[in-house]
Amino acid sequence: MNLSNLSNLSVGLSTYLLVGAMLFCLGLYGVFAKKNMIAILMSIELMLNAVNINFVAFNRFLWNQKVDVHYILTGHVAALFVIIVAAAEVAVGLALVIAVYRNRQSTNVDELNWLKW
Amino acid sequence: MFKEMHDLFQWAWLIPALPFLSFLLIAFVTKRSKGLSSTISILAILTSLGLAIAIAYAIIQAGAEIVEHPAIVNVNWLNILGLKINFGTIIDPLSAMMLFVVTLVASMVQIYSLGYMHGDKGWSRYYAYQSLFASSMLGMVLATNLLQLFIFWELVGLCSYLLIGFWYFKVSAREAAKKAFMTTRVGDFGLLLGMLFLYTKFGTLDFAELAAVLSTTIQNVAVVGTVGYVTVMAFLVFMGPLGKSGQFPLHVWLPDAMEGPTPVSALIHAATMVVAGVYLVARMYFLFDASPAALQFIGGIGAFTAIFAASIAIAQNDIKRILAYSTLSQLGYMMFALGVGSLTGSMFHLFTHAFFKALMFLGAGSVIHALHEKQNIWDMGGLLKKMPITGWTFGIGVLAISGIPPFAGFFSKDELLANALHNGHPIIYAVGLFTAFLTAFYMCRLFFVAFMGPEKAENHPHESPWSMTIPLIILAFFSVVGGWAALPEHNFAFFIHYLPSGHEFEREAIDWGLAGISVLAGLLGIGLAYIIYIKKIISAESIVARFPMAHKVLKNKYYVDELYLWIIHNVMDGLGKVLYWFDIYIVDGIINGIALATRGSGKTLRRTSTGQVQTYAMVFFFAVVVIFMVFVFGEGQLTALNPLATLGGVK
Amino acid sequence: MGTVVFFIFAILSIAAAWGVVTSKNIMHSALYLALSFLGVAVLYILMNADYLAAVQLLIYTGGIAIMVLFAIMLTLRGEVSESNPENSIWGWGALISTLLFITIAFVVLTNADWRILPTPWTSGGSATDISLLLLTKFMVPFEAAAVLLTVAIVGAVILAKGVKESK
Repeated sequence: MNLSNLSNLSVGLSTYLLVGAMLFCLGLYGVFAKKNMIAILMSIELMLNAVNINFVAFNRFLWNQKVDVHYILTGHVAALFVIIVAAAEVAVGLALVIAVYRNRQSTNVDELNWLKW
Repeated sequence: MFKEMHDLFQWAWLIPALPFLSFLLIAFVTKRSKGLSSTISILAILTSLGLAIAIAYAIIQAGAEIVEHPAIVNVNWLNILGLKINFGTIIDPLSAMMLFVVTLVASMVQIYSLGYMHGDKGWSRYYAYQSLFASSMLGMVLATNLLQLFIFWELVGLCSYLLIGFWYFKVSAREAAKKAFMTTRVGDFGLLLGMLFLYTKFGTLDFAELAAVLSTTIQNVAVVGTVGYVTVMAFLVFMGPLGKSGQFPLHVWLPDAMEGPTPVSALIHAATMVVAGVYLVARMYFLFDASPAALQFIGGIGAFTAIFAASIAIAQNDIKRILAYSTLSQLGYMMFALGVGSLTGSMFHLFTHAFFKALMFLGAGSVIHALHEKQNIWDMGGLLKKMPITGWTFGIGVLAISGIPPFAGFFSKDELLANALHNGHPIIYAVGLFTAFLTAFYMCRLFFVAFMGPEKAENHPHESPWSMTIPLIILAFFSVVGGWAALPEHNFAFFIHYLPSGHEFEREAIDWGLAGISVLAGLLGIGLAYIIYIKKIISAESIVARFPMAHKVLKNKYYVDELYLWIIHNVMDGLGKVLYWFDIYIVDGIINGIALATRGSGKTLRRTSTGQVQTYAMVFFFAVVVIFMVFVFGEGQLTALNPLATLGGVK
Repeated sequence: MGTVVFFIFAILSIAAAWGVVTSKNIMHSALYLALSFLGVAVLYILMNADYLAAVQLLIYTGGIAIMVLFAIMLTLRGEVSESNPENSIWGWGALISTLLFITIAFVVLTNADWRILPTPWTSGGSATDISLLLLTKFMVPFEAAAVLLTVAIVGAVILAKGVKESK
């Protein structure tokens, strides 16, 4: 394989979006299919990462670099805030997991079914 | 002079009001006192009789004027949007004649009952019912509109029920009362439908207004197939008289109604109530005249009933049954007279028939009373000697019904048979003539067997008291002279006739040729009865032996009652069973099914609440994915939206 | 060069994410998660988001992944190799995820008009640039984020500590 040909492959917006989509769908699968509470939280983090990739990709490819003095970095800022919120959410979520574990000695989501018929 | 008479006509409402007042008094006040009850009742009816005679006199005085312009008094009873009902009285020659007949026969019967019902425990109740009946019948005769007539019609039916079942401790009486009510109810249903139809079509039930509407040329627009709506109305309205006046096939209740006391039979089931149907047709004649099909039907049914009932009568042995079938036959006469267009003949026959039939029933009652409730004519014999007044008055009645001049029946029967032939109905004329022969035969059979011939040893008859014989004499008097109302210049026909608009009244002379033929038929009947039952040249038993089947059929009234019972048991009960099955399994099944479906769906749907958030999230996301896919891959209005915008993206 | 790096680290991220959701061992899942974060950070660098890449590494891999590890260790029961099973409806989950991916891919790939910039970026995305924005245009969200973090810390402590039995 000629490596120099590889540089002709343009990695455009679509590619990044597809990567983001794949990460999102994997995370979604994890949310639906896992029994362990912490595994679900991890899958949620994956989804958030995918969203971040989207933000940054759009910013990079669709917005002008600079307007007057400032750069247009709205996507970056959004991604930053997503990270912040993700961090807060993980903290609280894991605290909840630990509290539930203390009560029921299990991290199995199937057992949290008090709303069952 | 008419002004004074007009004032008298204003008071016509008293005629039904007085007996009604007497009914109330007897029912609520004087029930315990037998003497007072009968006194009040008889006083009331006699006062009404007096008023009726005064009105009749006034009518005769008024002459042609009253024929053109009857005196109508109306009081508005009900006036809601779309419904206007009046109550009133109408005084014209027809109603005056009916008033006279009804009050006369009712008063005779009530006086007669003083003797007949002597010692009966239900004396006050009896007179209360008699008063109620009198007031209802009189109210009906005076009615100005169909609704008022219908109200009194039903009241009369009620009184009939009460009086037939007067001796309610007898099972046969109770059953007969129910039968009468049910059978007439079938007819009344048709009448009610006809009334509704008339009201929705014409907006009024008043006789005068309806006559005005129907006399203009209406297009008899087809409503059911080719049958015009006027014809439908006429048929429906005729259902009432079919039941009430005992025409075939609703005749079955009248013979059974003989379970009631004989005065009741005389009043209600001979002279007055059963002619209510005939009276209704006469009042509504403008409706029937507008529908030739209906008139033909009436004529046919009437003629058939006449011969049908007469044929049954020749094989009956109970004195009251014979008289009952005779009544049915004569009602058939009145009906077919209306059918062939002879309102005069029909009403005249109603007039005379009331007298001689009531007379004969009261005579029969006298016999039954004297022989201590024996009713089979073969148990009687030679009563003429011991009960002369009863016998001779009964004989007058027999001669009257056979149409022998100068008795009343001759004039009326001749009138209607002549009209039948002259209006172009030869078959009906022939049927009527043959029935006249049969009538004379069976009535004379009754007279000869019961009153003549050898006496039976076990009978100890004695003449009835004055309270019973005086009404007999009075009614016999009217049976003799009643027919003479056809003779003077302003005769019966002058006052009571039906003219389609634009015609002038012409006085018809009596056709003596046809009259002779009908007299001949009557004499033949009498002669045949004489030969069989007096001279015994031909014995009755041999005739029966020659025609056993025919005799059996006639004796059993053509098995009509059995047929009806069969229909009720098999068809109606069968239908009832089917509907019951339907109700239990299908109707209830549907309801139960709905409940079961609700329960089942609840049971199934509750499984969706698993309590697991993952499942909820998945279902939710599944919907989101489906919507995305619809937007992306689908075509149509919804997907005109940019899918990118749904997924987020383009600026 | 950039393309090669992109493909290596993109495939790394995705493979690591695959490992997160399919591994039966939850410790492995957590470590795969950290690896995925790493790949994403490199992708950021490729998109000129230097500051963001640093933040990603610091907070996600350095903070969140570690916290998850701690939580796992605190709540582990039974065998670690079976501590991350699938539940009964994993088939449906797979179906939905696949469908979603196909839909998004379809939309992305068939879009004719992305309006991509003709000239690519070369700079920007450094800490200076973002901080300029944060402190002027996005001041309020910045402060709100600070409050959020404080609240989250306090909440997490309370939740994890538990309610004290009153004596």
